[in-house]
Amino acid sequence: MLERMANEIPRLFEYYSAIFLLKAMGTTLLMTLVGVGLGFLLGFVIVYLRQTPGLFWVPVRIVAITYVEIFRRIPFLVILYLVLFFIQAISPNASLFTIATIGICMMAIAYTSEIIRAGFESVPRQQIEAASAMNFSRWKTLINVIAPQSWPVIVPPAFAYMVSFIKDTALVSQIGVVELTFAGKVMNNRGYSALLVYGTILILYFLLSYPLTRLGGYLEKRFASSKDN
Amino acid sequence: MHHLKITNLSSAYGKNVVLTDVSLTVDKGQVISLVGPSGSGKSTLLRVLVGLTPPTGGTVEIQGELINYNSKSSIKLSRDRMAIVFQQYNLFQNMDVMGNVTIAPIKIKKRDRKEVEAEAEDLLERVGLADKLTAYPDQLSGGQQQRVAIARALALQPDLLLLDEVTSALDPELVTEVLDTIRRLASDGMTMIIVSHEMGFVREISDQVVMMDEGRIIERGLPAEIFDKPTTDRAREFFGKILRH
Ligand SMILES: Nc1ncnc2c1ncn2[C@@H]1O[C@H](COP(=O)(O)OP(=O)(O)OP(=O)(O)O)[C@@H](O)[C@H]1O
Ligand SMILES: [Mg+2]
Repeated sequence: MLERMANEIPRLFEYYSAIFLLKAMGTTLLMTLVGVGLGFLLGFVIVYLRQTPGLFWVPVRIVAITYVEIFRRIPFLVILYLVLFFIQAISPNASLFTIATIGICMMAIAYTSEIIRAGFESVPRQQIEAASAMNFSRWKTLINVIAPQSWPVIVPPAFAYMVSFIKDTALVSQIGVVELTFAGKVMNNRGYSALLVYGTILILYFLLSYPLTRLGGYLEKRFASSKDN
Repeated sequence: MHHLKITNLSSAYGKNVVLTDVSLTVDKGQVISLVGPSGSGKSTLLRVLVGLTPPTGGTVEIQGELINYNSKSSIKLSRDRMAIVFQQYNLFQNMDVMGNVTIAPIKIKKRDRKEVEAEAEDLLERVGLADKLTAYPDQLSGGQQQRVAIARALALQPDLLLLDEVTSALDPELVTEVLDTIRRLASDGMTMIIVSHEMGFVREISDQVVMMDEGRIIERGLPAEIFDKPTTDRAREFFGKILRH
């Protein structure tokens, strides 16, 4: 068997196969970055809405909280199918990539908003009261006081989430998006041995996650040191 | 016209009534001290004044204008005139000293940055921190942080300064520097309401001392009157305890 694998290796790295795998890897990366990135921005919006004061905003708060609580609890694959059927119903030409990215984003909103909220809540309430006594609006307090102090609390888990989410994107192969896992299946069907193909896929996943982990670690250190300069 | 006129002010945290019918007037340039046992509602009174805790009844007029604590814009106006300094300083940890002092005038009052910074330098010099402009709060002692907090409040150019136990979180050797700062403010004519347990200081600096107990004012008068011949048993007991310590 080893001999067979050895013979296959040159073929696997033939131009077309290599390009196919790299493209799939790009798809995985792009889906994750766009999905989680957008999810992060919208997660921020959700937190802002959740923390609106007063009776008037109660419905908005309920919607925001319900969204987060529901989407954190249903499996990603289920979200994916829901998005697939919903989007195909309203826009039959939407690409599978778009659908998958939206699914990732919807999931990421729920998780990242909890990360962001924990970060915001790490800032002592007294500083917020001080700001408010100086006539800071909610938004100005957020931008000038809360956000700058909560990044160090937000960034490490946010990166950890993104890295772990790279793995979850494998589920997207279920709806036929040609990302890394799907590419593995295709290669396997083309006759390459499973061990070789999935071994390669494993390495490629690692190549995607590792730099992100390092980047997260680097940012964490920078935040830690920027405090005492 | 009084500078500040509080009439029958009440407040509660849920069912827990913490202020009952508090009436008090402060004239321009006066220093009023609030004293009383822990939990008597001194901090709450200051918090109600700046709109951090809602009142349940009564009125507050500043320079003849009624503050409507149900209206955001009215609260804003009152905060333009009153500044509060807290026991725990509550400085913004992400900004250096200069940032803490200048942010509100620049970002909220939209004043000219150069002008504000020049003023801030003067203020920080007045509180003895001219050499700490670029230090961050966690690099400062408690006394220094509290003086930054006072400078930050002064940078708002308030007509009335509220000081809530600004020395009680400090080590004894740091108390003097903060009290000196307040003394200087008083002699500059700043109108202040001070909550303090430093009875010697209260006696020396106040035009009027107001004693609170269980959310009510139970005694008020000139420092000498209050300290030397309190009329209520409660006040006698309180001063007896405090002065014996
Ligand atoms: N955020 C809050 N929620 C509920 N109850 C509160 C809150 N803050 C204060 N209280 C209650 O209100 C009452 C008055 O508190 P307040 O802080 O005004 O007293 P104080 O006179 O400032 O006391 P101290 O000298 O200890 O600072 C106390 O019984 C306290 O338990
Ligand atoms: Mg208090």
